[in-house]
Amino acid sequence: MTKTPSSASPSLYEDKRIISMPVRYLINIVAIAVFMLIGNLIISEGIINRTYTTILLQVGVYIILAVSLNISTGYLGQLPLGHAGFMAVGAYVGALAWKAMPHGLGYMIIGLIVAGIAAGIVGIIIGIPALRLRGDYLAILTLGFGEIIRIIIINLPDITGGTPGLLNIPKYSNFNVIFIFVILTCYIIHTMMKSRHGRAILSIRENEIAAEACGINTTYYKVMAFSVSAALAGVAGCLYGGLQGSLFPSAFGFMDSINILVMVVLGGMGSMIGSVLAASVLTALPAMLQFLASYRMVIYSVLLILVMIFKPSGLMGTYDFSLTGLIEKAIIKIRGGSKNNAKEGQANE
Amino acid sequence: MLKVNDINVYYGSIHAIKGVSFEVEKGEIVTLIGANGAGKSTILNTVSGLLPAKSGTVSFMGKTINGIAAHKVVGMGLAQVPEGRRVFLNMTVQENLEMGAYTRKSAEIDDSIADVYERFPRLKERRKQVAGTLSGGEQQMLAMGRALMSKPELLMLDEPSMGLAPILVEQIFDIIKELNKAGTTILLVEQNAQMALSIADRGYVLETGKIVTSAKASDLLNDDSVKKAYLGG
Repeated sequence: MTKTPSSASPSLYEDKRIISMPVRYLINIVAIAVFMLIGNLIISEGIINRTYTTILLQVGVYIILAVSLNISTGYLGQLPLGHAGFMAVGAYVGALAWKAMPHGLGYMIIGLIVAGIAAGIVGIIIGIPALRLRGDYLAILTLGFGEIIRIIIINLPDITGGTPGLLNIPKYSNFNVIFIFVILTCYIIHTMMKSRHGRAILSIRENEIAAEACGINTTYYKVMAFSVSAALAGVAGCLYGGLQGSLFPSAFGFMDSINILVMVVLGGMGSMIGSVLAASVLTALPAMLQFLASYRMVIYSVLLILVMIFKPSGLMGTYDFSLTGLIEKAIIKIRGGSKNNAKEGQANE
Repeated sequence: MLKVNDINVYYGSIHAIKGVSFEVEKGEIVTLIGANGAGKSTILNTVSGLLPAKSGTVSFMGKTINGIAAHKVVGMGLAQVPEGRRVFLNMTVQENLEMGAYTRKSAEIDDSIADVYERFPRLKERRKQVAGTLSGGEQQMLAMGRALMSKPELLMLDEPSMGLAPILVEQIFDIIKELNKAGTTILLVEQNAQMALSIADRGYVLETGKIVTSAKASDLLNDDSVKKAYLGG
């Protein structure tokens, strides 16, 4: 891998892609459709019961939370601890919007968008002062912010229902809605990170001074990444409200922020598939292990410790999954050694 | 081209740069030499906009640039190779170079990358390699290549010889000379006074935040007080 034969390839940008872009999109869309169909079938045919269906939907919500936190933790390289705060903003704003509007698909989408925008704006407001700080200082500031949000919700009983909770939220979040939003979130993040803006965000993680010396407006991109992360957390919060049908401030505490962070770290910071896997396992596992009663938290903790000892960079490191990439690799293997160059490109990615 | 007029820079209450003025003309190699802590890097960081000056002005090609954010200065044709190289360790060589051209249109980048590879064949060999696996000398070349990607009028180099073996230092300085011949004006900050003065047109000697001497580089090389302080007798 370290010795790339450069003389073999005349062009600086030899095309590594065997499959063209439209075909790539088509393959991915088909894969998504198949997954969606399978999901619908196992739920409607009663292959998994209602408890497991709820767990599945919760997994979806936590996937959105984990991949969105991965923007600021994995890609931007900061350590915010207030993700549950943004989730809460989205959840309450979305739920209140839903309750104020009549029932319907269009209104559901408007509610989700409003929730995302509200959380994104709060993200900008918090991000501008917070991102002047680094590391543990940023962590403490965002932690404090998350708590402030929760306290505000408790102390506005007329609007938010306070500690007794906000009830009778329209239960919009069925499998299809959550599934589509998981896919949308992943797609948005993926395209953002592959763009010029994504590169700028990554370069800030790598070296802030060098990024500035390359002409990148580091403040702008830090706040942008942070608020996109917050906005998506807001959408996840709104879906969470639509799933539970009720919201309680206690669901957005400091430990919930930590939980999401654990998912990102366990999956591998900067790996989207890592966040997806870790969010799935860490949401499903405690629920599936109900029969072990209080021992289940021990298993959960042991799992975390083991991963951190044996794979400190997280389950997936920074690897990212690409279905079409895998298919290409298979094609190259079948064709054999004739496409040496392309193989090299894959290996180095 | 670059005119620094009576700048004062503070780190908190510490007065780091005390009324420094100097000029760089088009086509020159100018070097700032001085011991550790003399304020060389502070001056560069002030010029590039990473640090604010409390008073005084910095003007580049007739425009006052102090107070303008560092990332905007790059687009005006002033590039800095920061101290300690600071390449993007987890990106490949090619990606590092592409980042350097961030301020430019993507259509123009290919030619510039080819130019950089021509000047640094080592980088071309390793273009898909992650920058963290390069040696110190190669990283320095990459940092310089990255700065060149913004097509700068003036290239500022901060201690390019730092931590490199003597033979590599010579290579790097040869490259700096070539770059200058190709039309890039260079402001070089160095502790290695001998090397820096041997390629420079003019030099400024810094001591604890003040310029104490300025002269033609060849004169400084033979100046007794400079010899004593920096060149080992």
